[in-house]
Amino acid sequence: MAIMNRPFIIDGVEFQSRLIVGTGKYASFEENKRAVIASGAECVTVAVRRVNILDHASENLLDYIDPKIYKILPNTAGCYTAEEAIRTARLARSAGITNWVKLEVIGDPKTLLPDNEATLEATRVLVKEGFVVFPYVSDDPIMAKKLQDAGAAVVMPLAAPIGSGLGIRNPYNIELILEAVSIPVIVDAGVGTASDAAVAMELGCDGILMNTAIAGAQNPIQMAEAMNYGVKAGRMAYLSGRMPKKRYAQASSPIEGMIE
Amino acid sequence: MGGAMQIEVNSVKKELLLDTTLQELLTQLNIVPERVAVELNLTIINRNQFDQVLLKEGDRLEIINFVGGGRGPRRS
Repeated sequence: MAIMNRPFIIDGVEFQSRLIVGTGKYASFEENKRAVIASGAECVTVAVRRVNILDHASENLLDYIDPKIYKILPNTAGCYTAEEAIRTARLARSAGITNWVKLEVIGDPKTLLPDNEATLEATRVLVKEGFVVFPYVSDDPIMAKKLQDAGAAVVMPLAAPIGSGLGIRNPYNIELILEAVSIPVIVDAGVGTASDAAVAMELGCDGILMNTAIAGAQNPIQMAEAMNYGVKAGRMAYLSGRMPKKRYAQASSPIEGMIE
Repeated sequence: MGGAMQIEVNSVKKELLLDTTLQELLTQLNIVPERVAVELNLTIINRNQFDQVLLKEGDRLEIINFVGGGRGPRRS
């Protein structure tokens, strides 16, 4: 029996694409824009940084990624404490585009693994202030449940460390998270190529966020399109309900009617 | 009056004429107000108040915008 599709809705916004893409590490705004188009993504994450007042560029990322067309998801990348992340989120909101925030509180510069405790604390504060919070978190079902209870709009477990491209290292934990929470589960970080995206979607994840897998490919625009297909293929396969695995062969052709 | 004062914008010291508004500072810096958010001495200033805020000696401003970034370390 096929599995029921659940539309991808966050804070009342329904997305057709289950892929969310980043905007880091591209050679140019133009390349970034073409990759976003090829990916089919409708939601794009951006970082919050100081304006360089000594050498202020005339062009801005948002001249290329139009907030009227794409849902912009500001992130708190680079924050190491709950306080820093909360301050960054408030500034991002005051830019007047959105009250959504991809909350990242990093615990360690070497692994870029999340500080789950600080992430939970910041989630509680930001939810109270009316933010729609997308917390980046370890692939830990207990923490995912706590984030849901704290009012997170989605949970974003990592598949592998940020920028590692190692793929889905612990599919069993991702499945446990899917069982533990009712809010959307979006795999964030670790995807390296289109098959990784398909694997995450076949597990039943609601969506995937990626940046380096696209921006770090030799041909980012073509990889963006591959990811578009990978996510769609994985989702369709999940909804189709895969065949059971067997240890021995089973012929597809009938035995009757063989020539003698 | 025509006197001068010193403030800090994103940790860069800047000389300004007395009675400069936040809006005037942004214009001087060639910054489009619609694309930025501003914190003055750790308090966020709403965009519709930019032209009413008079800057004072020793003020510390943070002016941010959205840039490319998936996630990860602070950009150097």
